[in-house]
Amino acid sequence: MAWVWFHRFGSPPHFYRLATRLGPWFGWSALLLCLAGLIGGLVLAPADYQQGDGFRIIYVHAPSAWLSLMVYVVMASSAAVGLIWRMNVAHAVAASCAPIGASFTAVALLTGMLWGRPMWGTYWEWDPRLTSELLLLFLYLGYMGLRNSIDDLGRADRASGLLAIVGVVNVPIIHYSVIWWNSLHQAPSVMKFGRPTMPASMLLPLLAMLAGFTCYFVALLLTRARAEVLRRERSAHWIAAALAAPAGSGTGTGAGSAGEVPA
Amino acid sequence: MSTVQIGFARAAARLMARDLRIALRRSGDSLLPLGFFLVVTTLFPLALDPELSLLRDIAPAALWVGALLSSLLALDLLFRDDGQDGTLEQLALCGQPFAGLLLAKTAVHWLLTGLPLVLVAPLAGIALGAPYGAMPGILAALLLGTVALSLIGAVGAGLTMSLKHNGSLLALLVLPLAVPVLIFGARATALAIAGEDLSAPLYLLGAIVVLAATLVPWALAAAVRIGLE
Repeated sequence: MAWVWFHRFGSPPHFYRLATRLGPWFGWSALLLCLAGLIGGLVLAPADYQQGDGFRIIYVHAPSAWLSLMVYVVMASSAAVGLIWRMNVAHAVAASCAPIGASFTAVALLTGMLWGRPMWGTYWEWDPRLTSELLLLFLYLGYMGLRNSIDDLGRADRASGLLAIVGVVNVPIIHYSVIWWNSLHQAPSVMKFGRPTMPASMLLPLLAMLAGFTCYFVALLLTRARAEVLRRERSAHWIAAALAAPAGSGTGTGAGSAGEVPA
Repeated sequence: MSTVQIGFARAAARLMARDLRIALRRSGDSLLPLGFFLVVTTLFPLALDPELSLLRDIAPAALWVGALLSSLLALDLLFRDDGQDGTLEQLALCGQPFAGLLLAKTAVHWLLTGLPLVLVAPLAGIALGAPYGAMPGILAALLLGTVALSLIGAVGAGLTMSLKHNGSLLALLVLPLAVPVLIFGARATALAIAGEDLSAPLYLLGAIVVLAATLVPWALAAAVRIGLE
């Protein structure tokens, strides 16, 4: 039974304990990595010879843009797991991904606009990357809209999960069609983030920020997913035991086994 | 009562004949999106200077945004009645491949709403100042584009089938997914009006149609099954 470890994720008490245990690790790593990245990026890194200090917004923009796409893939993957193995916890994770991903997309859009003001002279340029970020935001909003408008939880899970999978197939098509559309209208934009030609003093803080943002996402996801699992399992027996255990030591086998035995 | 086993082709043909018959008895329903398309494309010259060179520039945008919105309106017809009276449930239970039957329904839906739009598009095109030489190109682009829009929209219609007020949600779900069709279709139309070679965007539209026709039936069957639960 090599798949036992996998199916164990489907057990809400197990997932809840695991998320409670792992959450702080990711949270603290995110804090440390982002602090290091911000000091490296905002203080230590030299100003860009063309863009001056304006380039420093990349340390927030690039990680948000990267996460906005990654969160969508995580959402669609866990929705697929939920649909295929009928795993309620996976649906809870997918549901928790959407608001986080939408927020990262909004941050990426906003920082892109702020960067565009000094560089392009306007807040909004129909740059292909910004435009596909905007469309990604619409995809997130559609997902959340569909989930909110179906009352029955199981059906909301499956319908929005299917939408996430349809969306993840479409994201690359939309992205490349937008790039193609734009290349017909204007010369390639000056926005070339993450080129390998970047010197190490600029690149290392960026990598730290990327890792830090990713850890931050995982910490947020675990917190939201725990809340979502609690909401869904509010009538289950294990909840009382899990909540009664003091925070941090709620990982003991005593609390878990007591919770899983029906009273 | 004895049951009669029939092959999928005959089942699909009977379903399509039934859908066509019902639609022709209530032909007003499927003509409404067409009227909407003509009205929307008429609004553009009214909102702008009715100067022919300016209209010619915006003609691709007006035609395609009109086609997109009208196909969105028409989606409401696709599953509404059959979902309410239980026909879809019977189709899901009848033992024939559900994805195939839904594809047949979508094909009828395109015949009733997509094809008429393609046929009246030259009228709207002329009103927007497109030269007569551009008509074959505009027709070809719209022919492929409306098929793609019907297929993509069908998934959205299936997902929102069981919801009461689904109009604006359906738009939010379908419109971002339809962006590639809009981009390539409008590009092909612009090239046709400019009298240039439009094969590249047409090929891309064709690729979208093939991809959608391959993947949509499965997603559509899953979506409608979720809606029927």
